[in-house]
This record gives sequence, structure tokens and C-alpha cells, in this order.
Amino acid sequence: MQRKSYEGAVACLPVTIPYRRYSTNSAQWWLGRALHELIKRARLQPKDIDGFAVSSFTVGPDTAVGLTQHFGLSPRWLDHIPFGGASGVVALRKAARAVQAGDADIVACVAGDTNHVDSFRKMLSTFSRFAQDAVYPYGSGGANASFALITKHYMNSYGAKREDFAKICIAQRDNAMSIPHAMMKKKLTLDEYMSARPIADPIHLFDCVMPCAGAEAFFVCREDVAKSLNLPSVRILSTIERHNAFPNDPIQVRGGWELDIGELWSMAGLKPSDVDFVQTYDDYPVISVMQFEDLGFCAKGEGPQFVRSHTLTNDGTFPHNTSGGQLSVGQAGAAGGFLGLVEAMRQLTSQPLGSQVPNANACLVSGFGMINYDRGLSSCAAVLARAA
Amino acid sequence: MTVDLMSFARAVANGDIRVIDLTQTLSQEFPTIVLPPELGQCAPFRMEEVSRYDERGPAWYWNNISLGEHTGTHFDAPIHWISGKDLPNNAVDTINVAQFIAPAAVIDCSKECAADSDFALTIPFVEQWEARHGKIEPRSWVLLRTDWSKQTYTDFAGLRDDGAHTPGPEPAVVKWFVEQRDVHGFGTETIGTDFGQGQHLNPPYPAHFYMHGKGRFGLQCLTNLDLLPPKGAVIIAAPLKIKQGSGSPLRVLALVAGGHG
Amino acid sequence: MIKPLVRPRRKDPLKRTRLPLSPQRVRSRTAHGLTAAAAEGRFALQVCLDCNTVIYPPRDACPSCLSARLPFRDVPRGGRLIAETTVQTSTEQYFRERTPWRVGTVKLDAGPVVVAHLHGDAVEGERVRLELKLDKSGSAVAMALPEKDTENMADDPHLREMICDPKFRRVLITDGRTTVGQAMAKAFSDAGASIVFVGLANPWKPFPGMESLRTIERVEIVPLDVTDTESVTELAEQNGGRIDIVLNTAEHIRAGGVVDRHGLTIAREEIDVRYLGLLRLAQAFGPILRFRGADGVNSAAAFVNLLSVHALMNWPAYGGYSATEAACLSAAQCMRAELRPGGVKVVNVFFGPLDIEWFQTVPPPKVTPAALANAVVRALQHGLEDVFVGDVAEDIRQRLAVNPKALERELAS
Repeated sequence: MQRKSYEGAVACLPVTIPYRRYSTNSAQWWLGRALHELIKRARLQPKDIDGFAVSSFTVGPDTAVGLTQHFGLSPRWLDHIPFGGASGVVALRKAARAVQAGDADIVACVAGDTNHVDSFRKMLSTFSRFAQDAVYPYGSGGANASFALITKHYMNSYGAKREDFAKICIAQRDNAMSIPHAMMKKKLTLDEYMSARPIADPIHLFDCVMPCAGAEAFFVCREDVAKSLNLPSVRILSTIERHNAFPNDPIQVRGGWELDIGELWSMAGLKPSDVDFVQTYDDYPVISVMQFEDLGFCAKGEGPQFVRSHTLTNDGTFPHNTSGGQLSVGQAGAAGGFLGLVEAMRQLTSQPLGSQVPNANACLVSGFGMINYDRGLSSCAAVLARAA
Repeated sequence: MTVDLMSFARAVANGDIRVIDLTQTLSQEFPTIVLPPELGQCAPFRMEEVSRYDERGPAWYWNNISLGEHTGTHFDAPIHWISGKDLPNNAVDTINVAQFIAPAAVIDCSKECAADSDFALTIPFVEQWEARHGKIEPRSWVLLRTDWSKQTYTDFAGLRDDGAHTPGPEPAVVKWFVEQRDVHGFGTETIGTDFGQGQHLNPPYPAHFYMHGKGRFGLQCLTNLDLLPPKGAVIIAAPLKIKQGSGSPLRVLALVAGGHG
Repeated sequence: MIKPLVRPRRKDPLKRTRLPLSPQRVRSRTAHGLTAAAAEGRFALQVCLDCNTVIYPPRDACPSCLSARLPFRDVPRGGRLIAETTVQTSTEQYFRERTPWRVGTVKLDAGPVVVAHLHGDAVEGERVRLELKLDKSGSAVAMALPEKDTENMADDPHLREMICDPKFRRVLITDGRTTVGQAMAKAFSDAGASIVFVGLANPWKPFPGMESLRTIERVEIVPLDVTDTESVTELAEQNGGRIDIVLNTAEHIRAGGVVDRHGLTIAREEIDVRYLGLLRLAQAFGPILRFRGADGVNSAAAFVNLLSVHALMNWPAYGGYSATEAACLSAAQCMRAELRPGGVKVVNVFFGPLDIEWFQTVPPPKVTPAALANAVVRALQHGLEDVFVGDVAEDIRQRLAVNPKALERELAS
């Protein structure tokens, strides 16, 4: 069956609530700031929002339902999307269908988390049943240890070197230099990267994101609604989503994109070389390399060579994670799953927080996450384009 | 005859009458009699603290104790043995209480026992003692001084691979005590009134058999018999008033005229 | 290459004692199927009854056919270590104190992929064998050992965290009077215990084997009467700080049932020696063992109970004894919970009839004291918690698992 196009549905109004390393405020506070910014900039009332999608790790014991009463919303379309790094694209594609069908007119998609001093530890130990039973008791190294195993195996299998990962991190740090709220404010040198403190071999300090508090948000609505609100918007050319792809791979070397990538490009009517920049989900540089392969930019195993033969800064041959990605800006919990999408919207509407990618007309945003046992289960991607 | 009890009390208070403790301290380490494992055993002495000025009882200290009727220094009543089971007033609660006070003849065989842990008291030995100290008065305790209470616990119990080797009386002398001397009871420093190898005598355990068979009493695990004169000490040995009790641990005291070593 | 353990130096008495910490204890109910296997030294995973898929991590529906019939079964433990990492920083204080800590991904021959602790001699790319161990939290974890035993294997510090190796530890054997107690003294001396304290009650009562007990290397005889609270307390006060494993060999075995064994004196003795004796030891030694659970190479490690397998199902020929053993088993289960915060294991070793005088009329198979002793040492070397020694004990265990009522009738006939 031919998948239906996203014609008529757009994303607009990228919002970021500046990140803080630690916050005594609740997730509800951070999500509320994002909602407030959305309605202020759109000059709307809360009652005008008739669709609401929320992603957050620390909003418990609330889910999306409790938040409707908390925030005074009465939506006719509601979704709670606890998909971590895949939350942004998944929220986008669900909300797009809702507005296309007329089930909702203005969907606020919000992601945010607080970060108390013990948030990280508490989250890790109860992250999932398999993590509780089969991962956390083994050194409690968290996702760092799990991705260390994936990184080690990838390096052994395909000859990737730490220097390859360094290049990605260094370029992202350059892209983040002008982002005011970035957690990491200085340039990163190869020396610093290579001599950084080991976390779980082969992962070292600068391979890891810094957990923080923050929020990201945007609207999804029909094109005419965006115009009537005077909001520059972004078109959705195609999306894909997949969970628990390749369960028989002994260790993760690929994400679910590999299954559906052909469909992503054919539905968008584009080739990989047609996009002007790419936002990958960068919880660890090895996953960005896997995304280059699985999203069609090079073959499996050629990721390291691809990195060596491109420049990844906003003015380079392959602009990548144009606001620095989580590795530079920080990971505000589930907001990390929105970060690439919100930055892509800024680039495609020529209102970047940092530097502008030249000729930014089309891009690919990729999401990934939810390490349940030993691998990230969720993957998704969207091809977006500047409004006509 | 008027008896002046107040003089007695004053004499005790001022030391003209000395009170000597013939009792071993009830403690967990003190040996108990050991019977063949198929038979019921005597309970050893045990203490469980109830409280000691603590959360279990803030201002007081007390213990619950557990022990057998024949643990430590103890009294044997006639009902204890099969030969005395049908006699009248044969249990600790029915014995005439006047019988808890009686004089004692102390027969010293400590030198003989030091050389031979199987020393058996015989009639000739007692007759030799009587030649020096006079006949044993009727209704006297006969206390056998062996100095066994000065031994280590291991030698005190005297257990070897064929049973206990501790001194005691021959059957003939016990029968003679009862029939010829009308003794009140028989007391020893050892675990039993009988010879350690008493099971091999005829009848077995004659001290128990003959004494209790004639309604007389036993005292065991005594100490300080070396502080008593051969004659003239008065023994106070009052067992607990246990319902139909066969015996009980007790405080055995000897009253001795002052100045006597 | 594992560096051989060196006998620890005497502890500096002025230094603060490191307190026990625990890795995460929480597991789902289904995952405790691994805990049951680890307690007995088995390697068992869920195997789908409908499609034979071997499944890990533990779960409630088969990922191949969605069946809910997923019992735990013994499966082959071989596999290959396909990736490893060394955790240098951890969010759990227990691991923070013990980094660097190696973990890895093992692809099992049986099918699933297991994230496991790594023994120092487990090499990336090589074959390994997995064992299920109870970690300091008391929950099961998988550990990858080299496929074949290597030199000084038990001295790996992370493996030693999971087991109760008597090597370089100080053991208290509560009663040396019996043949079992004497066999234990020899076995623990041979297993490398640095001191074997042997308790003796009523020293005025001689017993066979008394002289040869004194000739066993590193044995120190101490006064101990488990029926005497003061005796037990005093030993713990004087020596508790240097006893790492308590092994309760106090014994009271008499034939006879409940209705037909006349009188209560034997029952009182049974209760006093076995049950109250256990309570006295628990109260005197429990707190100090728990306190010292992380106190270095010779940390406090275990409290070992020797229990008749008839604690689990009464054998009327020895019915009074069985009932008392059942009381001891329940108390031991309570102790297990109370000592867990210290990471101290309570090990229950179940045996059928022993080849000793109190089971003289019972026909074979019977367990010799030496065999029991070796089983206890092995159980501690493997960190087991529930051990069944000998054919009869194993037989009872199996019958109980299938139909306890039938076993009840069989033991009564």
C-alpha cells in the first residue's frame, strides 16, 4: 500500500527554553515554560491548543493526562510519547496525521525534563524492566557502559578509530560556539578529546552528553493555520519509524532505519545527496556514524571513511548537527529527542540561534533511543523542506 | 528444757557459731551426671537474662533459670529411687521439715582417693574412723570427704571410655550404715552418692538403693568438707518445696562451733 | 592472568571499617528464576515449551511465539565474549568503590545474548562459560569465566565478591565434638582457612577424635556451648571480629516421632541445641558479621547451617528431629534477610541420613562426614546458598518440586 503524503501539514514555531545544568524546578515547570513561550509567540490562549503531545522522563507520576489539568488545556487529541531520542520525529508524524484528518487544528508538541542532583541515577536504575533485571546490576555504568560495548564492537568490526569519533565531536562543538545556552562553551581540540577521562572503555568523557534541565517545543498544524498565525513553517516530505528492528543481531550495528530507508527517500522524492544538512541523534558519536550508514549516505562499514572524507561544520561539505547536537548543547532528557528537529526548523526558516547553513532548503532529521536492554530500540527519521 | 534460740542467733552473728557453705555455685560450666544417650538426661544449669537495666526492663536485672532437680549441689529424696517409691512422706514437699536439720559425721578418705579414683569405702575403713572419733550418732548425715571438689572439672567427672571413675561406698557399708547406724543420709563431693562404676556393683547404685529404700536422703556435689570437724557439725539442707519432687538443688550450710578448724 | 591472593596483613585496629554497600537488589518476579538457579549453582534460562526458544532477559511472553509457558531449564553455559568494556565511573556507590569493573556481551551457544560480569581471564573474542552467581545484593547476576579453569581463578577480586571462599578467611566450627565437626575442621584447614576455630562444650567429657583434632593445622580450640547464652556471647565478644565464616555443626539427632516418643526432655534438648543454639549464634555473631561484610580480603562472608533435608518434609521415623530442623530452616530464612544488608550469605546445606551412629539403622545411601565437609567447602567456593548433599537429599528435593503430598505419604510409610 502506498503511504499517504504529508501534504498540507506543517511544523512551525521552534521554541527552546535555555538549558541549565541542575534545576530544583519540576519537569512540569519546564514543560509549562515551553507551552507559555509557544502561546506567547503565537499570540494564542491555552484554549486554542486542541492537540497536545508531551515527552518527558521526569514528569512522573504525571502523564499527558494529568498535564492537561495542570496546564488548563482541553485538547481533543492527546498523546504521551515516552520514546526518548525518537520522541521528536514520532510526535511530528503523529500530529501531522491528526491535523491532516481534522482531528486537531493546533498541536503543541513539547519535550522537557528537569535535572536534580540525583535525577540521573534514579532514572537509570528504573529505566526499563530489562535494564533493572539484566543491565543495571552489572557495574551500573548506565547507557555509557551499554554504548561502550556497542562502540567497541563497531570499532572491532569496521576499523573505526577514536580519531573518527573525535572529528564528529569537534565539528559539533564548533557548530555550538554561538549557541548561548550550550552546556559546553569552548572549542574542543583533538588532544583534549583523546586524553579525556575514560568513562567505560572505549568511551571517554567527550563521547558523552551532559544531562541537564531544559525544554524544546513546536507546533504542528495545517499550512493555512500557520499562515493565519503569521508563523513561518516547514514542510514534511516523508517520515519513517521502527522499533526493535533486527532483534537477532547479537550486538547493535544498525538501527531500524535500514529497514525503511528506501521508503523515506522515495516518499520524499529525494536522494541523500539532495539534503543540505543532517541532524542525527548523537547520544554517542558511534550512533551518528551508524546513522550516516543506515540513512543512506554510505554503505554499512564505510561510516569511518565517510567521516574522514567530509567536513561536518555548518560551512563544511556535510553540515551535521548544526547547533552542536546534544554532545555540545547538553541533553535535557527527552528534549534531546526534539533538539535536532527544532534546530532543523530554525535553519529551514532562516532564524538560527547560531550560524546559518548556506542554502538550507531540505534536510534530514533522525531520531533514536530507548536503550531497553543492550541496544537502542527506537529509530525514526523525517525529510523536511523549506516552505514553498 | 528451755531452749534459748536468741543465744543461738547471737552466736551465729558474732562468730561463736561459724556458718560454712558446703554448696557449689550453680553455673553453666559445672559438670552434670551423664547417662547413656538412650536414657533421659539431667538438665544442666542455664540462665537467660530477662533484663539488665535496659530496654527490656529499665531499672532491674533478673534472669530466668533452667535446671534439673539433680543439677549442681543437690538433695535426693527417697522417691528418687525405685526402692523408695512407695514410702510415706518420700518427696521433697512431704518430708518432715525437721529432717532438714541434722548433725554430720565427716569421714576423711581424701589421701586414699588422691591415689585411687576408684576408692571404695568399706566397713573396716569406717570402723577404723570410729575407733578414733567414736561411733556415728544415730540420725547423723555421713559425709564422705574425698577432696573431689578441688579437682579440675575433667578429673571431677572422671569420665573414661568405660564410664566414670570416682570414689564411693561399697554395697555392704551402705547397708551397714542404714541397718547398724541408722544414718540420716549419705553425702558426697562427687556427682553421685554412688561409686563412679556403681552400675557394676551388686546391687547397682547401692547408696541410692539402700538409703532411699529405707527412707533416707542423699546430698551430692558438696564442697568445703575439709573445713568440718569429724563430728559436731550441724547441717542445714532444706530442698525446694517442689510438688512431688525427687530432689532439688539447694544451699547446704554447716554450723560449726567457733574456733574449730 | 590473575594475581594470586596474598594472605592479608593484620588489620590496623585504629582504621575505620569500610561498611558494606550493595549493587541494585530489585528484580522482577520472573527474573528471580535466575536467583533460584544461582542459589543452587545451576545455569538455567527460560525455555519456551511451545517453540523451544531459549530466552534472555527473563520475561513473561516468548519473543518468538508469545507463549506464556516459559519455565526455567538448565541450558548449556558456553558462549563467546563478543564485546567488553571496563566501567571506570558508576552511578552506584558499590561499584564506584570497586572500579575498574569489566562487563561484556556474551553470545551464548544456546541462543540469547547476555550482558555479564567478566572474570579477569575472560578475553574478548574468546569462548567463555557463564555462571549465575548471587551478588552482594542477594540477587542473581551472570558472570563469564574463561572456558577452562585458569591459575588462581578464584582469586579474581570480582569473582571473590560473589563467593565465600574460605581461603585466607577465619572459620568458626561451632562443635568439634562430632565426626562431622572434625571432618569440617580438616576440610577447612585444607581449603586454606587462615584460622579454624573449633568450639567445644563440656571439656570435662572426653570424646573420640579429641587428640587428632588438635593436630590439624591452624585449628584453635575455643570454649563454646551453643546451649549457654553466656558462652556464645563471650566467644563473640572476644573473637567475633576475627571470624569470617560461622559454620554451625551443633548436632542433636534422635529417632522417634511426636506422638510415640514418650516425654519432652529430648524435644527440649533438640530445641535448645538446634533451634535456640542457632538463635544464640545468630544474635551473638550476626551483627558483627554484617558489620564486616566489606572488610577486605578476609571480610565476613557466610553463616552456614547444616540442616536435615527433612526440614523440608517431616520424616516420621525421626519426626521430632525433623520438626526441630524445620524451625531452624525458618530461622535461617529470617537470618538471610537480616544479614543481607551486610552482603553476608546464609548458606543452608541439606543432607539426608549421615553415615554416623545416630542413623545407624538407616540403610544406604548415606553421606559420610567427609563428603558433607567437602560439599560445604565447595558450596562456599562457588557462593551457593541452597545446597543438597547426597542422593537422598537430591531425591527429596526433586519429589518436593513435583508433588509434596505424595512425598509426605512416602516418608510416612
